[in-house]
Amino acid sequence: MSGIQKLVLRRIGLGIVTLFIVSLLIFIGVELLPSDLAQEILGQAATPETVAAFRRELGLDQPAVIRYLEWVAGVFQGDFGVSLANRRDVAELVAPRLKNTMFLAGYAAAIAVPVAVTLGILAALFRNSIFDRLANVFALSSISLPEFFVAYVLILLFAVNIPLFPSLARIDDATPFIEALYRTFLPALTLILVVIAHMMRMTRAAIINVLAEPYIEMARLKGVPRYKVILRHALPNALPPIINVVAINLAYLIVGVVVVEVVFVYPGLGQLLVDAVAKRDFPVVQAVGLFFAATYISLNILADVLSILSNPRLRAKA
Amino acid sequence: MLRFFKTTPPTALLGLFIILSVAIMGVFAPFLAPYGETEVVGAAYMPWDSVHLLGTDNLGRDMLSRVIYGARNTVGLALLTTAIAFTVGATLGIYAALKGGWVDQVVSRAVDVLMAVPPLILALMLLAIVGPSIPNMVLVIAVIYVAPVFRLARASSMNIVVLDFVQAARLRGEGNLWLISREILPNITSTLVAEFGLRFCFVFLFIAALSFLGLGIQPPTADWGSMVKENATLITFGDITPLIPAAAIAVLTIGINFVVDWMLHKASGLKD
Repeated sequence: MSGIQKLVLRRIGLGIVTLFIVSLLIFIGVELLPSDLAQEILGQAATPETVAAFRRELGLDQPAVIRYLEWVAGVFQGDFGVSLANRRDVAELVAPRLKNTMFLAGYAAAIAVPVAVTLGILAALFRNSIFDRLANVFALSSISLPEFFVAYVLILLFAVNIPLFPSLARIDDATPFIEALYRTFLPALTLILVVIAHMMRMTRAAIINVLAEPYIEMARLKGVPRYKVILRHALPNALPPIINVVAINLAYLIVGVVVVEVVFVYPGLGQLLVDAVAKRDFPVVQAVGLFFAATYISLNILADVLSILSNPRLRAKA
Repeated sequence: MLRFFKTTPPTALLGLFIILSVAIMGVFAPFLAPYGETEVVGAAYMPWDSVHLLGTDNLGRDMLSRVIYGARNTVGLALLTTAIAFTVGATLGIYAALKGGWVDQVVSRAVDVLMAVPPLILALMLLAIVGPSIPNMVLVIAVIYVAPVFRLARASSMNIVVLDFVQAARLRGEGNLWLISREILPNITSTLVAEFGLRFCFVFLFIAALSFLGLGIQPPTADWGSMVKENATLITFGDITPLIPAAAIAVLTIGINFVVDWMLHKASGLKD
């Protein structure tokens, strides 16, 4: 096995171990609850018989180790247990919402990534110009603004004052694709505005970093036009940090949808998670939490692996 | 004093002004607010007029008074949370750098796991376990932010622990507490202070987001995040009142960022 394969496998292994530790932590957390979970959920009026029955149903009458192993075994078979709130199968509950969340995140990413990278390249090309300064101010303020503020301002502007788009993004399986794109435009735009700044700044920084290299000076002295210097000479060498920041922002998009979904009443995983936390519906929280953690960890691994692969020097070092 | 105003960039002055006003608003809330925090003063959703400058909220409470009290609650809790995270994170970080060996390994790996999970998701999962309430929220967010503070404190004290004066103090037989507080801490204070400002912003936005989701600061306590949520329906009628607490959050964060930028710039010794 070559060095690079070992490095990549090691990174993936570490991610899986982390995920296991996270699942264990969640599990132990429920275990360490000071009060009796069944008693707390059912309330004080519950008779001892109901509490005992509920404990049996939750499996709380079995040792913790067995319950954890059973839960993990279930997860591998796609069985996440039954929701405490409405007795529905968690996997069934999660599946359609997972699709919706991926749709929204994918929609936002499809627009945000090309726009951010293009803007970043332009900012590097015309640095210290008015355009660059404006982009800088935009980036700083978008980091400081809470997501729900951006979301509500967009609703006020484009759903109330100029009624172009719906303020609630309700979609279901029957919604046609184009219609779904239209209805989810405002939540997608909110997400785009939130992630674009970071990607743009990093792209700009990565390219400016490379521009200081001697081979760029060489290309300039040869008389290569400025845009060509950036596209042919600087961009390929600035790719690893750009890929990295894109992957991290994709991870953020999938995870950061929670607040946006709540604002727009979008039927996605984030809203399911928030509802489940409020109701303390543990099987649902565990399943959704595990999914979010897994996505976040795998995209971070992907970012690391891609930046190793796209850089010949890192490849050689490995 | 005049010199200070001349040499400080206008953005930093603006930032300082914002922070000071919010601090005054928070500390003197009971004297500044025209009505009580949870006092019902009229019908729900009354428009702006001379008696209720910003109208009333969904339960008929004075909006302006709640925004003023919100400064106390939201910002106060964010400060408390950041302070806890810094005390624990910095102490652990310096201690790990000082001791090395298995202590360092165990804490560092634990921090790796904490940082591998997205903060909001981790917070939601932990809140599901302990139940949403103010003390629980403060603790959960503090635990999450111990991780980055630990990393920073450990990394910056790594450079200090190898220096001669630390060795000398060790050989003198000083205890860990002395080494941490008197030998290492003074040398990494400037790094930690700038980081405190940035982390405070994150914690503040985090608390606002959790409260907005209904899982942070609980009613009837006035807080900028949940106020947006409670009155959000007004936006569909073109009323901007619910955006005021949200804007307050944004303005304070931008103000702090300005000041932190200026402090970092000064600390780095760069000349314009």
